[in-house]
Amino acid sequence: MALNPFEHAGAASTISGPPSEGDYLGDRLFRAVARACAGLIIALLLFILWEIGGLALPAMAQHGLGFVSGSTWNPGTQEFGVLPEIWGTLYSSLLALLLGGVFGVTIAIFLSQDFIEARLAVVFRTIVELLAAIPSVVYGLWGIFVVIPLLRPVAGWLHAQLSFIPLFATDLSGPGMAPAALVLAIMILPTVAAITVDAFRRIPYKVKEAAYGMGTTRWEAILKVMLPTASSGILAALVLGFGRALGETMALAMLIGNSNQINLSLFAPANTLASLLASSFPEAGQIEVQALMYAAVVLLLITLLVNIAGLGIQQYTVRKFEGKV
Amino acid sequence: MSDIDLSTSAPVLPRLSLERRPFELRALTSGLLTGLTWVIAILGSIPLFSVIIMLVAEGGARLDFEALTALPPAGFEMGGGFANAIIGTLVMVAIATAISVPLGLLAAIYLAILDPYSRMAQTARFVAKTLTGFPSILAGVFTYGVLVISFGYSALAGGVALAVLMLPTVVLAAEESMKQVPQKMTDAAFGLGCTRSQVIWKVTLPTGLPGILTGIMLAVAGASGESAPLLFTALFNNYFMSELMEPTASLSILIYNFSAMPFDNQIQLAWAASLVLVLIVLVFNILARLIGQSKV
Amino acid sequence: MSATAATMAPVAAVFTPAGATVLDCQLQKVFYGDFLAVRDSNVPIEQGKITGFIGPSGCGKSTVLRSLNRMNDLIPSFHFEGHVKYHGQDVYGKKVDPVVVRRYIGMVFQQPNPFSMSIFDNVAFGLRLNRYKGDLEERVQKALERAAIWKEVKDKLNKSGLSLSGGQQQRLCIARAIATEPDVLLMDEPCSALDPIATRQVEQLMLELKERFTVALVTHNMQQATRVADTTAFFGVDISHGGRTGYLVEMGPTRQIFEDPQEELTKQYVSGEFS
Repeated sequence: MALNPFEHAGAASTISGPPSEGDYLGDRLFRAVARACAGLIIALLLFILWEIGGLALPAMAQHGLGFVSGSTWNPGTQEFGVLPEIWGTLYSSLLALLLGGVFGVTIAIFLSQDFIEARLAVVFRTIVELLAAIPSVVYGLWGIFVVIPLLRPVAGWLHAQLSFIPLFATDLSGPGMAPAALVLAIMILPTVAAITVDAFRRIPYKVKEAAYGMGTTRWEAILKVMLPTASSGILAALVLGFGRALGETMALAMLIGNSNQINLSLFAPANTLASLLASSFPEAGQIEVQALMYAAVVLLLITLLVNIAGLGIQQYTVRKFEGKV
Repeated sequence: MSDIDLSTSAPVLPRLSLERRPFELRALTSGLLTGLTWVIAILGSIPLFSVIIMLVAEGGARLDFEALTALPPAGFEMGGGFANAIIGTLVMVAIATAISVPLGLLAAIYLAILDPYSRMAQTARFVAKTLTGFPSILAGVFTYGVLVISFGYSALAGGVALAVLMLPTVVLAAEESMKQVPQKMTDAAFGLGCTRSQVIWKVTLPTGLPGILTGIMLAVAGASGESAPLLFTALFNNYFMSELMEPTASLSILIYNFSAMPFDNQIQLAWAASLVLVLIVLVFNILARLIGQSKV
Repeated sequence: MSATAATMAPVAAVFTPAGATVLDCQLQKVFYGDFLAVRDSNVPIEQGKITGFIGPSGCGKSTVLRSLNRMNDLIPSFHFEGHVKYHGQDVYGKKVDPVVVRRYIGMVFQQPNPFSMSIFDNVAFGLRLNRYKGDLEERVQKALERAAIWKEVKDKLNKSGLSLSGGQQQRLCIARAIATEPDVLLMDEPCSALDPIATRQVEQLMLELKERFTVALVTHNMQQATRVADTTAFFGVDISHGGRTGYLVEMGPTRQIFEDPQEELTKQYVSGEFS
């Protein structure tokens, strides 16, 4: 029991008393457990890094850095290289970022800069949130049966007319980079839009007032004041969207064609690290599984770097608006 | 300094007409950009409607009693369903919720209230944010290494992998809604002589509950649609589950498997399963919204 | 003008109340981090009386009040030199748990802050916290009656405390604070968020509560101090060392502070020359 120097001090009628022994024990126990759980989050990341690193260790020892620069994946000859996958991961994510970024930022402007009345804004916001809620496999299925058939005639025409441009150097035979990147763009659009809206909301209203007070039109206010002010937040949105695209698995495994080649053409099949993991793992033998774990490490490192960069920029933005930078 | 000639400074505003000039460059640019923005916003909504139309048309056509109650058909078989996959998905999401919610809530309490500015809290917060951006397939690879290598593919492993994905979402959402509890309320509780954990149990948690539940529902919705981690942990099973320690079917893996099959029956079932999966995800999303709106 | 007075770094003459002292407060220094918020303030709180704290904003009167039941301990950078003795026991003693202190010294806050639970549960909160074994309903009713709000809420005890008007909420919070019959009630500008009618009701209430509780009241409203306080402590701001440090300028019976202040600064303040 805690010291209660006031036991006889207060008026006789008081029913105040110190917390019971149980209250104190509960308090201490509860705080210790909560603290342990917070520690668990940190431990989890370390455990993940350690575990995946450990799984990949045999393959890392065997293949070394040649794994990253090699471009053959042949379990039969035990030759493993992921350069085409790294290329495909970065290429598909960049294409998705280009498209998803433009759409995401524009939609964020549309939603946050008084273009539509509040009720309609709720409708559009719900649409964007629902886009984020649709599972990856469903996008994959939709891509196979809607996007690819739609793209095929367009791709055929582009290839026929403009095949001298490397982007259109091949025809779309089915799965390939273009449908994969398109679906990926739709999948990262909500992330980009949400974080960008957030960045706009962080701008104090007085900034907008100041711009209008100087006699700007709405678009002059947006382009010359709001966008520059929100720029670091938008950058964070793009980087985090990029990070999300890098790790996206199922839709890509279903749409990109899983072909081990480096090709600039939008219509050629390709592969990404994540879809390599998803498509090869179920049938892989022990040696190939180890190589796949090495590929997982490469994916882990790339996404970790991009995410940390994105979060860093985001925190910088927050501090900037709090006047601490 | 008296020789400055004020009269030479040209006026900055050259004209003085306050009327609208709709055909001036400024106004035209504005109109054009506004139009473009509308086009992009509408274009951006098309995929959602397309997905919904396909789900209703293709999936709705095949969604019948048999689809909901029968087992998956083999290659050339007609009919069949995905009852075992619905059960598998729900069981694994339940396991993931049971693991991630208590742990996540406790961690969020530490981050939001007990010691928000400590080094540990700041690190944990950053790690949680990093983990939310983590490729979900890596949660599968991790659980594969920790559980599957020793105990084989199982619903439990699938649940653990999903829990790894849910945990950071739950932590961050719960922290956010606990921070929304006005300080004047916690001050009142402290003023009445509550210990820290009494303040949390009696005031912070009940007051922040709607927000916390919303966060949990969104995490559950996200986990229900996940597939990549299950590929490494639960695999698939053509039969009903009889225990937690055997390979287990899930809707998302069924869709993935069937989408690559050359049979119309399987493709139709994949659409029907997609419709069910999206409905499950939507139910949790709508619950999240309803709970969020019931805030005081 | 206050600056000239402050450069002399004056310390108020010690005031000794006529009756028994419940809280003997000697706040030598109160810091938030490196910031010296309050210095040299000796404010005895007399039993069964209302002691009012007045002074310009930033004079540290709320800081002083929140030091008395260790609410300031919730601010990590807070530290304190001096003592606060409650019936002779040091509230800041090494082994004393601030949680226990707050159970004996209740507090009513600037903003009405009912919990988002029913009116009944709000008032019963402290009773349950102290594991009160007797008749809960009787105690709740008594507290609500004392807080002069029983008639208004007796038919809707299950409604949320947040459904009440601002003035009702504040009286509910007072009921919550007095339900456990603490010895002392600290009130931190309890009327600042209320309209004139609600303010009048709460002031009336304070005068009634005086029969049973010792009250320390912070107010930014001088008229309020003259209406309800028996003793008044006037705090000033010392800006001589570059910071803004609050300190006690003068303390005495309310009549004396307002009609015959001993200090020039007090005279200027109560006559409205600065605020």
